[in-house]
Amino acid sequence: MAALATSQVLDAPLPRRRVIPGFGLTLGYTLVYLSLIVLIPLAATFLKSAELGWDRFLEVVTSPRVVASLQLSFGASFVAALVNAAAGLLVAWVLVRHDFPGRRIVDAIVDLPFALPTAVAGIALTALYAPNGWIGAWLAPLGVQVAYTPLGVVVALVFIGLPFVVRTVQPVLENLDREVEQAAATLGAQPAQIFLRVVLPVVWPALLTGFALAFARAVGEYGSVIFIAGNMPLVSEIAPLLIVTKLEQYEYAEATAIAVVMLVISFALMLAINALQGWAQRRAGGVR
Amino acid sequence: MSAVASDAVAPLEPAAPGEKDAPPQAARGGPGRRRRSAAPVMLVTLALAWLGVALVLPLVAVFAQAFAKGWDAYAAALTDPMALHAIRLTLTVAAIAVPLNLVFGVVAAWCVTKYDFPGKSALITLIDLPFAVSPVISGLVYVLLFGAQGWLGPWLLDRDVQIIFAVPGIVLATVFVTFPFVARELIPLMQAQGRDEEETALSLGASGWQTFRRVTLPNIRLGLLYGVLLCNARAMGEFGAVAVVSGHIRGLTNTMPLHVEILYNEYNATAAFAVASLLAMLALVTLVARSWLEARAPELRGERAAQS
Repeated sequence: MAALATSQVLDAPLPRRRVIPGFGLTLGYTLVYLSLIVLIPLAATFLKSAELGWDRFLEVVTSPRVVASLQLSFGASFVAALVNAAAGLLVAWVLVRHDFPGRRIVDAIVDLPFALPTAVAGIALTALYAPNGWIGAWLAPLGVQVAYTPLGVVVALVFIGLPFVVRTVQPVLENLDREVEQAAATLGAQPAQIFLRVVLPVVWPALLTGFALAFARAVGEYGSVIFIAGNMPLVSEIAPLLIVTKLEQYEYAEATAIAVVMLVISFALMLAINALQGWAQRRAGGVR
Repeated sequence: MSAVASDAVAPLEPAAPGEKDAPPQAARGGPGRRRRSAAPVMLVTLALAWLGVALVLPLVAVFAQAFAKGWDAYAAALTDPMALHAIRLTLTVAAIAVPLNLVFGVVAAWCVTKYDFPGKSALITLIDLPFAVSPVISGLVYVLLFGAQGWLGPWLLDRDVQIIFAVPGIVLATVFVTFPFVARELIPLMQAQGRDEEETALSLGASGWQTFRRVTLPNIRLGLLYGVLLCNARAMGEFGAVAVVSGHIRGLTNTMPLHVEILYNEYNATAAFAVASLLAMLALVTLVARSWLEARAPELRGERAAQS
C-alpha cells in the first residue's frame, strides 16, 4: 500500500511534452481491464445492497449474529495486530542490529505467511493447537484451550499478520543513525529513556503503518481462521465466514449487506494506511 | 520493551570512565565485539524463539502430519485421481491468471510511470484496491454478477454459459485477488528508472515497441520476475475467493487448497496434509527464489512490506 508515497512523487508537475508514444493505448487498456475485473464487480455489490432498502440493511447489519461476528473479526484483528507490533519490533530490531548464524535464512522465513496458502496455515495451526497437538497438549493442563475458541482466531491472525510490522520497521531501523543513541547515552540518558525518546519517535510512524497493515489484512482473513476457530455463531464466527454461510443459504442480500459494511471499513483503512505511509515517508526522509 | 531499550545502549557501555579511547562504537556491528552484556543474546534468543514457535513450527507440522502414516500413505494421497485433478486445475488457473495480470501489470506500470496526467494517484490507489478487499468478498462480487441470482445470471443461463461453480469463476476470482502484484512491483521500479533511456531510444529513431522491448524490458526483467513469483504463489494458494465461487465440485472445480479443505473436513488429515505439503513446498521455493532475486537486485526489497 505504498500507493500514496509513490503517487506523491508521480504527481510532481513535470512540464514537458509527451515524447513516449502509447499513452492512449496503455491508459485505455489499464482502465478497461481495471473496470472489468475490479470496479464494475465492486460497484455491482454496492448496488445489490441498495436493493435491500435502508431499513432492511440496518436490520441485517445490527442483528446479534452479524454484530457478534464483526466484533470478533475486528477485536481479534486488533489484538493480533498488537501482538505483531510488539513481536515485529523485536524481530526487526534483532535482524537489523545483531548478526547471528543463519540471519539471512531467518530474514527470508519472516515472509513465510505471505507465501504459504492460508488453508495450509489453517490446518497446520489447528493441528498444533488442538488439545492433542504439539502446543495444545502443553496448554491443556493449564486450562487454556486455543483451538475452537476466539483465542484460536487470534492465533491464526497473528500468523498471517506477522511479516507486516517487521517489513515496515526494518528499513527505518536500518537508516537509524546510531550516533544519536550514543549522543543520548553520553548525555546521561538511561536505556529506557533512549528507547522511548530517541528510537521510538523515529520508528513510530513505521510501527503504526505495520500495525495498520496487519490489522487490515486480518480483518478480511478467512482461510487460516475457519479451521481453528470452531465457527460457533455468536462466539467464534468471523464476519467473512458469516458471508459464506449466508451465501450457502442463498441469502444473497444479507451476505451483500455484511460485505458492504466490511468493504466500507476496509477502504477507510486503506486510505488511512496511505496517509500513514506518506507521513512515515516524510518522517524517515527528515531523519536521514 | 525495556529489554529492547537496554540493548539500544549495550554498545555504549564502554563509554564508562577509563574506556573513552575505545574506537567509535558505530563501527561495531558484530555481536562478537559486544561486551559482556547478556541483553543482546537474550533479545536474539527471544526473537528466534518467537519465530520458531509462530512460523517454523506450523511449517514442520505440515510435513510431520503428511508423513505421519508413512511414505506409502503420502504417495497414495498425492496420486489419488481427485488430488491429481486438483493439482491440474490449480496449475491451469495459475497459467491463465498470472499471464493476464502480468500483461496488465506491465501496461499499467508503463502508463503510470512514463506519462503525466491528472488523476494518476487515484489510478494507482484503484489498482491497489483488491488488496484491501477480503478474499471472501472478492468471490462474492462475481457471484452477484454471474450467479444464478446475479445481474447477468439469467442471461448467461439462457445461453448455457456457466461461470459460477465452474472454472471461469475460479479464474476470475483468482485474477481479482492477484490483480495488483505485478503492477505494484513494477511501478516503484520504473519510477526510479525514469524516462531518459526511453526518450533517448526514441530520439535515435526506435519505434515505441522497439523501445519497450530493447530498453524497458531488460531494465525491469528482475522486477517482473519478482512480481510474477508473488502473483503465482498467491494464485496457486488462494482459498477464500475461490471457495466462494467454486461450489466444491470434486473432480471439476476443486483446486488444491479446496481439496485440502475437503479432505480435512472428512477427517482424512494425512491426505489433507499431504496435498498441503505440496503447497508448503511451493511457498518455500517462492521464498528461496525471492531471496535469490533480492540478492541480485537489492532495490526490489523496498516494496516487500506492502505485499499481502
